[in-house]
Amino acid sequence: MGKLFAIVLTIITVVSTAIFVMRVWWLPADVSAHGPWIDHQLVETMVAAGVLFVLSQLALALFVWKSGDRREGRKITVFPGGAVPIVVLAIVLVGAEILALTFVGSKVWASIYQTPPDPNSLQIDVQAEQFAFYFRYPGPDGRFGSSHPELINEATENYFGLDPANDTTARDDIVVPTLTIPVNRPILLTLHAKDVNHAFYVPELRIQQDFVPGLVIPLHFTATETGKHEIVCTQLCGLGHYNMRAYVEVMRQDQFDQWLKGKAAQQ
Amino acid sequence: MHDTAAPAVVHHHAPPQGFLRKHVFSLDHKVIGKQYLDLALVAVCTGMVLSWLMRLHLAWPTQPIPGLEKLSPNGAAGGLITPEYYLSLMTMHGTIMVFFVLTTAPFAGFGNYFLPIQVGAQDMAFPRINMTSFWLTFVAFLVLIASFFIHDGPALSGWTAYAPLSAVGKDAGPGQGLGQTLWAVSIAIFCIAQLLGSLNFIATTLDLRTKGMSLARMPFSTWSWFITAVIGLIAFAVLMPACILLILDRVAGTSFFIPAGLVISDRLQPHAGGSPLLWQHLFWFFGHPEVYIAILPGFGIVSHILPVFARKPLLGPRVLIGCLIAIAFLSYTVWGHHMFVSGMNPFSAVLFSVPTLVITIPAAIVTMLWIGTIYGAKLRFTTPALFCLGFVSVFVSGGISGFLLAQPSIDTYLHATYFVVGHFHFVMGVAAMFGIFAATYFWLPKMFGRMMNETLGKWHFWLTFIGVYCVFMPMHYLGLAGNVRRYAEFTDDYLKPLIPLHRFITIAALFTGAAQLIFLFNLIRSRFRGPKAPDNPWEATSLEWSTTSPPPFDNFGGRPPVVHRGPNEYGVQGPAGDYVMQAAPEPAGRADQPC
Amino acid sequence: MRTRSMLIPATAVLVLGALARSGVVRAAAAAGAISGTVTYTGTPPKAKPIDMAKEPACAQQHATPVTTEAVVTGPGNALRWVVVYISAGDQGAAASAAGVRYDQKGCQYIPHVVALQVNQPLDIYNSDSNSHNIHPLAKVNPEWNKSQPKGAPPIHTKFEQPEFIPVKCNIHPWMHGYFVVLTTAHSTVTDENGGFTLTGLPPGKYTVTAWHEQFGTQSQEVTISGTETKTIHLVFKATPY
Repeated sequence: MGKLFAIVLTIITVVSTAIFVMRVWWLPADVSAHGPWIDHQLVETMVAAGVLFVLSQLALALFVWKSGDRREGRKITVFPGGAVPIVVLAIVLVGAEILALTFVGSKVWASIYQTPPDPNSLQIDVQAEQFAFYFRYPGPDGRFGSSHPELINEATENYFGLDPANDTTARDDIVVPTLTIPVNRPILLTLHAKDVNHAFYVPELRIQQDFVPGLVIPLHFTATETGKHEIVCTQLCGLGHYNMRAYVEVMRQDQFDQWLKGKAAQQ
Repeated sequence: MHDTAAPAVVHHHAPPQGFLRKHVFSLDHKVIGKQYLDLALVAVCTGMVLSWLMRLHLAWPTQPIPGLEKLSPNGAAGGLITPEYYLSLMTMHGTIMVFFVLTTAPFAGFGNYFLPIQVGAQDMAFPRINMTSFWLTFVAFLVLIASFFIHDGPALSGWTAYAPLSAVGKDAGPGQGLGQTLWAVSIAIFCIAQLLGSLNFIATTLDLRTKGMSLARMPFSTWSWFITAVIGLIAFAVLMPACILLILDRVAGTSFFIPAGLVISDRLQPHAGGSPLLWQHLFWFFGHPEVYIAILPGFGIVSHILPVFARKPLLGPRVLIGCLIAIAFLSYTVWGHHMFVSGMNPFSAVLFSVPTLVITIPAAIVTMLWIGTIYGAKLRFTTPALFCLGFVSVFVSGGISGFLLAQPSIDTYLHATYFVVGHFHFVMGVAAMFGIFAATYFWLPKMFGRMMNETLGKWHFWLTFIGVYCVFMPMHYLGLAGNVRRYAEFTDDYLKPLIPLHRFITIAALFTGAAQLIFLFNLIRSRFRGPKAPDNPWEATSLEWSTTSPPPFDNFGGRPPVVHRGPNEYGVQGPAGDYVMQAAPEPAGRADQPC
Repeated sequence: MRTRSMLIPATAVLVLGALARSGVVRAAAAAGAISGTVTYTGTPPKAKPIDMAKEPACAQQHATPVTTEAVVTGPGNALRWVVVYISAGDQGAAASAAGVRYDQKGCQYIPHVVALQVNQPLDIYNSDSNSHNIHPLAKVNPEWNKSQPKGAPPIHTKFEQPEFIPVKCNIHPWMHGYFVVLTTAHSTVTDENGGFTLTGLPPGKYTVTAWHEQFGTQSQEVTISGTETKTIHLVFKATPY
């Protein structure tokens, strides 16, 4: 029985690890400026955790294999050195690992979430609601109209509660359901939630951030490649959560300028 | 040496007469323990069926499930699970499993039955409170289940019930009306039950230990229940008021968790001034320690059972207890790691990340102590032993992915993906279940005086062990590919290629679930028809094995045991073999040494 | 004998009533009609194109983007989607048993506005390859909110109280419509030219009311004698925002 356990556990360990190592399922290619940091940190941690995983499982398998030995007169033996080396090993090995991960990892985190956005960022206002995202550009006047929750009316596409009758800055605001951005330009999103918690997650951009009702949460990133990706909601928001989706379209700057001009003309 | 004059302070209640007093409203901790376990059994079957429905829907969303329309004409018209019904199933699965299985079985159930016996007491310190705890838990369960039978169905905001989705009422969707209120009421009642239960555990451990049972001589399972009770006392004391505030937001028009200016389903909500993040902080201040409430009894059970079948003492018993205490303490400093991307100050993410990583040190030490105990052992491969080995394996598998999730920079990518689902199912779901299985196979002979069938037990182990790896390991791959959790259907372009893997998981889950029928059959059959169990079938040392199987009403037949040593005396020359029981009299000339 | 003698006229009334509403006997019953147009003055808001990017399956169904339907105008200041109904003077009749079909197709409600009689059956279909949720934001009638996945059976429902009920799909926020539940059987919705006809009106004095989701209501008194068809004209005042 001990040998069977050891063999089964070894097979499970090898197969599980192989699928990770061979990257049968893996992260989509990164298209963000900060993404390589995250990927690097993830791979580092995964290697460290993977080594610990394999060592622990194989040690368990090996010891179980041997402890099934039924030979007459075999005496039980104590782990060499008792518990002390284990404690020392765990504190030193895992502790060093933790220190390294914390230092590097915090730096990565800080570079994304604790660094102020580039002053030249393109600012886009985001409204998340059950169950869609809407994106607002300030329009030719460069100013966002103010938002009034009581004026929100989806039947007339007033998703942000703008007051064009009285607020002239609101009249040229461009509201679209697709996040359209120029490549290689810092983007600053200001996240608003209309009703409940939502989240902004683009796997390719390596970014995830909750929307919290009542808070305006800034989020900044730079896309490094053109293309189209899905934005999905990752915070449970109700029955349509699975279908809360938008696209982010990354374009060349000139394409973007043209797109923006076209949209402005429609207002 | 600490000698408690324990038996003197025990209330002496007489054995009850009549069916109701004996089996229903019993004050006997053993009956109450069994009641908890039976409740958990009903709950786990329910939770498992819910997970099957979810898995079937995820794999084949357009395939009608026969008969389901009869159960829920509203949620599954034509046998097709609607997205809201999926979320209700998910919410109920999580709530039932976390509260009514993982808290109820290993802690309240086995703890109730064995903690008093293991410390040599006749009963819990407060039998009446103990009975109240159980019946409150039972009522909480009924209230929760009732939400299946109301028009809009159960709550759909997940077991974490994030506000404002959970706070604003039915405008937020079906299930967010009465269903969500029932959820909050149920959990509030559950909290009261667990608070009372925790107090009882703590008082019993501190005050009712028999002569010679010093703290250091307590079995590891007793230690883990005691520490779990301390965690529970603080954790449930936070969740209960949080639930009451949530109920007030829902029914009394307060705004603890609801800010101003929310427009839900075209309606401007009449609330202002609340904070959605407040709920998250309160919930996770409970929620993370809850993970340890679920798993620490498993730690204790494995540490208690493993030496019995390894036939050698547990490596580093004092280190183990130190680690359990360290984990309990650290469990209160890490809750923010659930909130890295929640919108709280990004600086606090770093502060929460460090203790989260540090908690892996005691967890790693405990794991290595178990593996070190197996080193050079003479393992007896009984079913409980196999489940202990399985526990160590799945705990490692689940725990190690915590390294990734503990770091905010990586969590940015993996948060709310199936990677997290795989992680917590391994580490607190499957590992805790393996602890429960080990405990059941180990202690059922004591509880019912009957042995369980070993052949069926081994089949159960092998199918379950391989099954859970097939179910939960692929979830990590899904998470790496960015597969979002809590989705009723995968309609996104990048998720569609992952559906075949979901189908594999579903098939594996159905098989693994079916394997549990073997356990159910074995359990029920052995309870009534199993071969008679001797008093100490496993040659174990702790006090429960010094009494009859099952124990008499006052546990030790009027003669409270006297304890002479710790529970870790295996692999020694003893009067009956390679072990010495805690209550065995001191042989002449041998010093009374602590473990 | 007595019972039977009462049953015969009662049955006759029921049958005749049913036939009248079905339109078969309308000409024979010697009833009048009211027809006309609904227009606006002033500047209406611009119809905005709807970008269905979040639901590609729906976006593909519309070669040219559809526009918002809250205010739909036609040639000659015609106003579409106005419910015109008899608000006073109607003799009252039991609800028609004929079901009204309300469809979800290409992530649009078809039709945008449906006029129903109290207790008249409403059958809601999902003709799309994706899920919708139907959420009638009723205040007088019970409110409900239910998903209808692809391939799910139609939802059969009815409303017991008269009410103007906005209906929305939360999954596709642009999807907005109205269930207009009325006590009268005489109601219609204006077409793309703002035209309408109310038929089967016995001689009498009526109040005709027109209701528009943005611009409110307009009423006119009309007297019908014999089988004449009265023509009326209703005008709403439009605002750009």
